[in-house]
Amino acid sequence: MKDRGEGTFDAVLGAAVAAGMVLALYMAFLVAPRERTMGDLQRIFYFHVPAGITGLTAFAFNFVASVMFLVRRKHRWDALALASAEVGVMLFSIVLVTGPIWAKPAWFVWWTWSPRLTSSLVLWMLYVAYLLVRNYVSDPERRAQMSAVFAIVAFADAPIVWFSIRWWRDQHPSPMLETGGLSPAMWPAFAICWAVFQLLMIYLVRRRAALEGVRHDLDELMRSAERSA
Amino acid sequence: MMLGKIWAVFRKDLLIELRTKDSLNAMLFFGVVVLVVFNFALEAVRDSIRAAVPGVLWVAFAFAGTLGLNRIFAAEKDNNCLQGLLMIPVDRGVIYLGKMLAATVFMLVSEGVIFVLTLVFFNLTVWREVPYLVLVFCVGTVGFTAVGTLLAAVAANTRMREVLLPLILFPVVVPILINAVEATAIILNTVDYRVLRQPLTIMTVFAIVFSTLSYLFFEYVLEE
Amino acid sequence: MLELRGVAKYFGRFTALRQLDLTVQRGDFVALFGRNGAGKTTLLRIAAGLSSPSRGSVTVEAATPQSPRAARGRIGYLAHATVLYGDLTALENLRFYARLFDLPSGDAELAARLGGVGLAGREHEPVRNYSRGMQQRLAILRAFVHDPDLLLLDEPFTGLDREGTEFLKGFLESERARGKTALMAIHDLPLGYELGTRLVAIDHGGVALDLQRRDVDFASFQERYDGLRPAS
Repeated sequence: MKDRGEGTFDAVLGAAVAAGMVLALYMAFLVAPRERTMGDLQRIFYFHVPAGITGLTAFAFNFVASVMFLVRRKHRWDALALASAEVGVMLFSIVLVTGPIWAKPAWFVWWTWSPRLTSSLVLWMLYVAYLLVRNYVSDPERRAQMSAVFAIVAFADAPIVWFSIRWWRDQHPSPMLETGGLSPAMWPAFAICWAVFQLLMIYLVRRRAALEGVRHDLDELMRSAERSA
Repeated sequence: MMLGKIWAVFRKDLLIELRTKDSLNAMLFFGVVVLVVFNFALEAVRDSIRAAVPGVLWVAFAFAGTLGLNRIFAAEKDNNCLQGLLMIPVDRGVIYLGKMLAATVFMLVSEGVIFVLTLVFFNLTVWREVPYLVLVFCVGTVGFTAVGTLLAAVAANTRMREVLLPLILFPVVVPILINAVEATAIILNTVDYRVLRQPLTIMTVFAIVFSTLSYLFFEYVLEE
Repeated sequence: MLELRGVAKYFGRFTALRQLDLTVQRGDFVALFGRNGAGKTTLLRIAAGLSSPSRGSVTVEAATPQSPRAARGRIGYLAHATVLYGDLTALENLRFYARLFDLPSGDAELAARLGGVGLAGREHEPVRNYSRGMQQRLAILRAFVHDPDLLLLDEPFTGLDREGTEFLKGFLESERARGKTALMAIHDLPLGYELGTRLVAIDHGGVALDLQRRDVDFASFQERYDGLRPAS
């Protein structure tokens, strides 16, 4: 039986993430310059945007893992698909929470139906739906298969969602402007925050997938226990 | 030959429906309920209600469509008829196409009735808009049922069945809803229809992408 | 004709089949025995291609039941469900399956077959209105309407009325005489012994007993079968 405990690689990764977070906070709050129009409020950007990009990466992992599961039928791919979906939902939750925190003081509304925020909401719903599908299928093998198909549907849907929302927004333009641009002085902070989020995602996905592996091993153990009983 | 089998599956679902009228009745009634509720809800904006009609229409269509999709697989649960379909030497995709066709027809019929009722309830007149509306309704419906048929099969296999379908279907069909509502609004409330090319293209792409994906992956989700 | 090698089937923590190896030759009429929960239904479903094994392989005449579609056309499966559309008539039900199995049978021939199971005159009524016995006979007809070479039956005599039991017995005996292959799960020991040419018992998720009917008389077979049960 494979040892699913935290090996050296994960331990080092975990330590790096922890250290990275401290560094990221330092960079975002102390090193990065104050933004001209929004002041310190703009610093949310260093967490809001990297969370979004990392969430997208997690969903890309989910897609690849789902396809690989359908091709190879190895449980490990299903574990990765589940882990990356859960972490992705978590990351997008961060996006959806930091969005209003930013919007309220900046534009006096809790929610801006900006393309980015709206797409994040729909993507979040798509992957919550993925988790729902997993939750309501009892048999592990069928669950893995059906959720893999849904994951592929969701991933194919994402770009179409993005284009639709973009076009819709163009039809009904809004006065609110979200900061997209970064001055050169801001790049180091942004890059560090982005890197830390990516590492965090990888660390959490690995640990979550390992937990699924333990569940799978437990099922096998219970089966062989029943056999000898 | 394959076409004949698709037709056989479609015809069977149609036959059952014509005999019992279960689905159509439920879909129509639900559509009417939605219209009436919206009428009360939008009383405050009665003067400019024509602007709200596209949204109301497509909410009613989406709910009716979901009902129809649920029923198409519910009928196979009785007496475990699904087992019979699984034992037939055909590509599962054939079953998908037959059912998708049936779902589309049911949904289009419901849309027709709901639309006429909307004209009555909201006191609207349309004439030259009709062919464009028909086009948008058709493309939007095909997109909806293309992915809806696949997801209805997924939901039918879970513990929650009918309740799960709207939860997993609506996020996926967001592009259809956005574009269909916009397109309907353009047709009803503006004069320049050249802009229609964009939403129609997106909906067509959606329909093609998801009917292909669903056809290919249907065998993975169609199980007892 | 049908080969199961190293087949295991798990449902989460529960093991339905452990290590099952079974080869059914063309012309074998296998009566499958076993306690409730021994794995007979799971075995039949895997053979029919309705379920895939967690481990091991299943082949039907050198083609797997689940991929090459053609193999499916040679298999007929009858279990507890009637697999009939209640709102359609008997004729419409048969027509649907005949169409999907590419059978050349026209309505006249199907109506004649319905007459053969005592449903003459009732073929244009919705199946929903039939008595249970009538539905079961129709279910048998439907399951084997395409004249398959491999018949898979899961306790088909359970709940049948006298007319149905006689019909099914006659049907199976004639199929056996025609050289068809069958794998039939059955509770009734004497009936299984009478119909089968080969007697197989499943226990603990694997094959526990495998005898040719001509090699053993009923009394000794019963003794050996009872000997499988653990002393409770």
